[in-house]
Formats: sequence, C-alpha cells, structure tokens
Amino acid sequence: MEKTTKENLTRGIFKENPTLVMLLGMCPTLGVSTSAINGLGMGMATLFVLILSNIAISSIKNLIPNGVRIPCYIVVIASFVSVIDLSMSAWLPSLHAALGIYIPLIVVNCIILGRAEAFASKNNVFQSICDAIGMGIGFTMSLTILGAIREILGAGTIFGYPIFGLDANPILLFIMPPGAFIALAFMIVVFNKLREAK
Amino acid sequence: MAKKIKQKTESLFRLTGSLVIVSCLSALLLSYVYTITKAPIEQSKNQAELKAIESVIGNDFDNNPYEDRREITTADGQAKLTFFPGKKQGKIKRFAIKTYSDEAFGGRLEIIVGFTINGRIINYEVLSSKETPGLGTKVAESEFKDQFQGLSPKSESFKTNKDGGEIDAVTAATISSRAVIDAINRAYNAYDKLSTGGKNGKDD
Amino acid sequence: MLKLSTAPHLNTPTTTKGIMLDVIIALMPALIVGLLVFGMGALQVVITSVAGCVLFEYIICHYFLKSNPTTGDLSAIVTGLLLAFNLPSGFPIGLTLIGCFVAIVIAKMAFGGIGKNIFNPALVGRVFLFISFPVQMTTWPKPQAFNFMNTDMETGATTLGILKHLKADEFAQIPELPSYLNMFIGNVGGCIGEVSALAILLGFVYMLYRRIISWHIPVYYVGTFMLLCSIHWLLTGEIRHEPLIHLLSGGLMLGAVFMATDYTTSPMSKNGRIVYAIGCGILTYVIRFYGIYPEGVSFAILIMNAFVPLIDSTFIPRVFGTRRK
Repeated sequence: MEKTTKENLTRGIFKENPTLVMLLGMCPTLGVSTSAINGLGMGMATLFVLILSNIAISSIKNLIPNGVRIPCYIVVIASFVSVIDLSMSAWLPSLHAALGIYIPLIVVNCIILGRAEAFASKNNVFQSICDAIGMGIGFTMSLTILGAIREILGAGTIFGYPIFGLDANPILLFIMPPGAFIALAFMIVVFNKLREAK
Repeated sequence: MAKKIKQKTESLFRLTGSLVIVSCLSALLLSYVYTITKAPIEQSKNQAELKAIESVIGNDFDNNPYEDRREITTADGQAKLTFFPGKKQGKIKRFAIKTYSDEAFGGRLEIIVGFTINGRIINYEVLSSKETPGLGTKVAESEFKDQFQGLSPKSESFKTNKDGGEIDAVTAATISSRAVIDAINRAYNAYDKLSTGGKNGKDD
Repeated sequence: MLKLSTAPHLNTPTTTKGIMLDVIIALMPALIVGLLVFGMGALQVVITSVAGCVLFEYIICHYFLKSNPTTGDLSAIVTGLLLAFNLPSGFPIGLTLIGCFVAIVIAKMAFGGIGKNIFNPALVGRVFLFISFPVQMTTWPKPQAFNFMNTDMETGATTLGILKHLKADEFAQIPELPSYLNMFIGNVGGCIGEVSALAILLGFVYMLYRRIISWHIPVYYVGTFMLLCSIHWLLTGEIRHEPLIHLLSGGLMLGAVFMATDYTTSPMSKNGRIVYAIGCGILTYVIRFYGIYPEGVSFAILIMNAFVPLIDSTFIPRVFGTRRK
C-alpha cells in the first residue's frame, strides 16, 4: 500500500511526466512558457485545478452514471477552472493578465481530463490526490524549466532579473512561438537521454 | 462487475438527473466564488488604472481621476477615448487619455498618455501591445519614452527622425515608434477638439 | 543530396562531392564580388560561417551519431557559404556561429543529415538570425568597392529597405537609389552574396553548363515574380514597385538560383518544380508588397519547402520506359 502511494506521487514527475513523456497539454506548454514566472504560474494553476478535480471526481465516481461521465467531469473541471480564474484575477492580477486566455483554457487541457478518466475515476480520494500532486508538480516543473530556458536565451533574464548585463544580445526567437518548439524539442531530447540512462 | 449492473440500470432519468445535480452544485460553487471575488477584482482593476494614471501625470491631484473619467470622441468622430482629469480644488491641472494606434507592427497598440493643461506631454505608459519582443516593445522603455517629456504634439517636429522630426525612433522598430506618435496625436487632437468644442458650448 | 528515384538507376560518375564542388565553383563569382565590395568584414563572415558549419557537422557525426563524418562531401561548405551570402558584412562572429549551429544541427542533422532535411539549412539559419537579431541583421555597411582594407563601418539602408520605408506622401519624390548598373554589378548595400546580379548569373550559367540544375526553378520563380510585380507597377505607377529594382536588389536572384534549387528541398519532377517555383514567386511578391518586411525571398522558399512532399506526391515523375502522355 505504501509503495503504491509513493508510486502514484512520483509517477508524474519523472516516469510519466505529462509534458515531456506523454506530451499532453501542449497548448499551455508552448503558449505561456515565455518566462519562468509565467511557466510557474501556469503550472501552479493547473496543479490546483488538478487536485480539486481529482478529489471531486474520485469522490463522486460511484454516483455518476457511465453514460454522462465525460460531461459531468467537464462541468466539474470547468467550475474549478472558473474558480481559479476568478481568484487569480482578484488576488494575482498581474499574473492573471500575463497568462490571459490560457487560464480559461485549462478546461481543455488533456492532462486534467486524462487524469480524471484514467486515474481519479478508478481510485480512491487519497490516491487521486497523490496522483494529482505528482502530475501537477511534473507539469509545473517542465513548464518552469522551459520558461526559464526561453527567458534566459530570449530575454537574458531569469525571473525578471538580468543575468548577462544590460547590453547583451538575447536570441529573440526564443520568446517567440518558434522558440517554444525548438526549446521543448531539446528538453525532450535531454529528458529521454536521462530516462535511458536510468 | 458492479459497473456492469449499473450500466444496465441507467435510465434517461438518472442520466439527466445526475448531470443536472452536478451542474447545480457547480453553479452554486461558482456563484459563491463570484460574490467573494467581485469586490477584490473591482478594487484591483481600479488600483491598476489609478496606478497607470499616476505614472503618467504624477499624483499631484486631489480627486480620483479614475472615478471622474469620461468618454471623449476622437477628432474625426470615429472612436471613443477615455479621458481622466487630474483636478486640484475642482480645476483640471493635468489629465491622462487612454488612446490607441492601429498602425503598430503587431495590431493595436494601447497607451495612456498624460498631458499638462497646456498640451505638453508629461509621460506615457504602454497598456497593451503585440509588438515584437525586444524590438517594438522598446517603446515602453524609458530610453525612448523620456524623449517625449515636455514636447507638444502641436509642434511641427513631433515626428520620428526617419520622417524629419526630433524623436529618435527605436532602432529597427520605426513602425512601433511611429505608432506611439500616432496614438499620442490621436489623444491630443481629441483633447484639442474637446477644449475648443467646450468653448463653443459656452457661446451657445 | 541525391534522392532515391524510380528505376532504372544509372551508374554515373556523378557523386555528391562532385556536385557540391561544382556548386562551390558556381558560388565563387558572387563571393569574389562580395569580398571586393565589402572587404574584410565580408571575409570574416564567410570564414566564420564555413568553418562553423563544417565544425558542427563534424561534431554531430563524430560525437553524437558515432558515425563517419559526412563533412567530406562538401555539403557543409556549401551551406556555410550560402549562409554567409545571406548575412550582412561585418556580422558579429558569435552570432554567425549561432546561425551555423541552427543551420547544421537543427535544420540538417536533426532531420537525419544530408538528403533528409525538409527545409534548406542555410535559409533556416538566416531566418533564425533575422528574427532573433533584427538590429544586427539590418545593419548594412555601405559598399566600398576595391577599398579592401577599409574597416570603417559606415552603414546605410538597402534599396528595398529605402523603398519599404517611404511614407505615402513621399512617393512623389524620387528617392536616392543606386543606379541600375551599380545594382547589376553589385556596388550596393545588402547581404554579402546577393548584391551582384551579374555574378549570380555567371554562377547560374556555369551550373546549367555542368547540368547541376535545370533552368525551370530559377526562370519560373523570377518570371512569376516579375509578372506580378509588373502588373502591380503598371496599375499603381509608383517608383517603389518598379520591377527592375525588385529584380536587381534584395535576395531574389540569389534565392532563385542557389536556394530554391537545392536538390533535397525542391520537387523531383519537372512539373512539380514549375509549381514549386510559381509558388515561390507568388509568395515573394505577397511578402514584399503586402508584408511588413522589405524582403520575402527566404520566407517564400521556406514556406514552399514545406509543400515539397505534397507536390512530389501529386506530380510523380514519369516512369522510365512508359509512354509519354
């Protein structure tokens, strides 16, 4: 029992990392990772939605008839996303402005529906929380690292602090959309190498 | 095994019922969150606007320019801009106008620009832009912005150096630089129309 | 760079190395003009670019793929030369190396090396640099023919740049443009290899003579562009739409002769090539006339590169021995 808990907690971080292994949630991954702080903010928002939706879905899983399973999950997920959207707009207005449309779009992030369908609907509340935390942290980590790489290369800063001095020439392409694809590709290469080595 | 039995007993009533219940619960949750976040959202929006206004006209006023805002029309009467008066003892001393330009590199550029009452620029702030990061976005940096201080858009030389004016355009971002000037001109002309239009109003 | 095509396979002495050597020879006139016009600044860019491309290809082959380095087939040198031709003289060494890295590692080796890349490596490198370092990429040293040791960097705009930044009310005045003769022989500002139409034509004739390329792509490409450009010019009558200026300045000739004709990234059949070249011409026209950039050749060719697999599957070459339709 202990072993499965640990397994559920760590699965999302390395072995089944949602971004780098399962390649889920590519839209926010590529869209908002222009800076480390954006990546972190997006990851945290997704983490919260994931935990709340996994709790809700694993606790109502026996009450929902199979035929309307998916609509019910989507309604649950959409309400939690709206909760996060409203709360961020109230208490973290600048981050909310930076993430823009991508916050409401968490609804259609495959990771959340994927975990609801593949895990929360089959496991108890506690294990679902563990799974959500693992997946959420895995997602947050990859987004923050991707954001940091793009920010360092594309803007010469990290979390907003300049690291190369002021007159350095950052590689602008990296904070534009093509840079997201190139940086993500290199990240997956390195990650696959690490997984092979293990 | 249990699941199979359940599937058989699923009736239309049960399907609809459970979806309705889930939706009602969600609506309840959302309305609750909405009520508790409504005030903070309004407040943070208010504060953000006020902060933007203060950054372009200072804080030397005793009213709340955000609450005293009103809409003014552009000189050609085509669009509406927002006018924020900074008053002292009931008299407008300086003011800010939220304006825009559609001639920017990446679509609409929105800025808020502050003027003294005699039409000289105090400062401006970029509110939203889709300019190229690292190039067009430099119009939001003080190196470019500081050139505008004290200038009057009425003057002949209120143009970029590329067009024979006195404002040094951002290197490799002439279009974005022109867009800022275009937006400021729009604001100034709207104000100009407003102030002369106001006089005409008195004559009537 | 040779593609696998339908049987029968003729055994000819033509090798990748031989073809590449011919391409290098064809590039020489443009290189010489570039060096004469821009001096040391151009030499530095060319040497860095060629050395960088060869080095990166060797490193990838030797250390990452653990295979025999393919640097011997000279294709990396061609990529290096073409990349340098697309950069302004005096472009910083470090940034040139970034361009080499993108061209060889990302655009070529990551797709499987020679013959397997989808996009022209030199153009990917150029576009990457162009978007990343727009200030350096649009700092054009003024031409100073035969003043070889002069390292004084006086800069000016390119012809297309001048035309693009004319404002509506200035169209009436004729701007200061280089003469047609200067544009033809290359005594103008611009990228190292694109300035001289004459040198590029010499290279084109040499490649035709050696049967390295067929005439279809360059002729249809330039022809389509010139046709659209002339129509536009006749309808508006504005100096900035003058077709001859558009032909002689910017990267049109260089792109049409050396970039669009790359074996790997252009269609195999004749009809496919014609479709591809017409597409390039239309896109170049659209970008130059309606886009925000003064120059559209590299984007046009890269976009059409992406269509090559589709074109190839539509226009299948006639199988040898079957009846002509």
